Amino acid sequence: MTLIAATAAAAHATAAHATATTAAADTHGFLSPTGVEIAFLLVGLATFGAGLVTVTTRQLVHAALWLVVTLGGLAVEYLLLTAEFIAWVQVLIYVGSVVVLLLFGLMLTKAPIGRSPDADSGNRWAALTVAVAAAAALVWVVVDAFRTTWIDLDGPAAGSTAVTGASLFQNWVLPFEALSVLLLAALVGAIVLSRKAKAEMSSPPVNSRAVTGSSPSAPDSRNHPIEGNRLNEGTSQAEQEGAR
Amino acid sequence: MHLAYPAVLSALLFCTGLYGVLARRNAILVLMSVELMLNAVNLNLVAFDVWLSKAAQDTLHSGQALTLFTIAIAAAEIGIGLAIVLAVYRNRGTSDIDKLRDSAEGHESDGPDGDALTAEETGKAEAAA
Repeated sequence: MTLIAATAAAAHATAAHATATTAAADTHGFLSPTGVEIAFLLVGLATFGAGLVTVTTRQLVHAALWLVVTLGGLAVEYLLLTAEFIAWVQVLIYVGSVVVLLLFGLMLTKAPIGRSPDADSGNRWAALTVAVAAAAALVWVVVDAFRTTWIDLDGPAAGSTAVTGASLFQNWVLPFEALSVLLLAALVGAIVLSRKAKAEMSSPPVNSRAVTGSSPSAPDSRNHPIEGNRLNEGTSQAEQEGAR
Repeated sequence: MHLAYPAVLSALLFCTGLYGVLARRNAILVLMSVELMLNAVNLNLVAFDVWLSKAAQDTLHSGQALTLFTIAIAAAEIGIGLAIVLAVYRNRGTSDIDKLRDSAEGHESDGPDGDALTAEETGKAEAAA
């Protein structure tokens, strides 16, 4: 408690206000929010609403598009928190690639365009109960714990590209390199998971999988068991032949 | 800025993602909800890093570095997850999680054993035969 009080006081000493913690808490009050707080609140409401629509809409493609709004709103929140590098990484990776990947997944699994009545499973009321209970508990605990804590957004930005780069390559080099190995493993794993018996065809495997592999049909799985075994992916093929 | 704003928003987004994971039926929608939860954690990390870098003279910027790592791991996770979903869809013709019940106990499975992969391949072979 003394740490939090000292933090609030130190964060406020630059503004030449009172140094007592109660006075510092009073000058920050909820009833006089700053412009950054108002902007954060409005963008946060938009983000939360878009997140709610994402998990409740019955149109699958619309869910992906509302996810874009949610992730973009979070990028704006990062900008408001002076973490600009994280914000642009968020825009590049999430909005740029992850959502596109999800849309590709929706298309490749022949997701219904338009309303699908079975988007939610039967236990949605149990899920709603659990989610509301978790939200209530978390919000109560968080508000109670950080009631007297303020972020000092003045001064140099805490997350500019120079600061983030220096920190990343001075203190976090080894995890960074390990992460590159993990990304390589994920790349290889995704390729191995998605190429199956039809990888020996002359066309690129992604296109052949997208066009012909979406529905299991009789000639596809019956014509190529020998090549499938030849291609070192014999475990599933062998199981399949054994089952046959 | 009051620290409660980003913390509360993060908690609400996390619970939204939790609802999506529990209530959705399509596997890709479940992956979207997992992305929501990961983003909630990222917002928490960034907010607390900005607070601590000014309050406690933390020079490591561990929150933002961990946020970058989380974003990279989320990208890898979504790639692997979509590959798995596509493989299941190729084998079973559906990406409906409620129908993938081969490893459930007390279920009238077509395979005699409880191994999901073997039952899956058996289902594909029977569909092909």
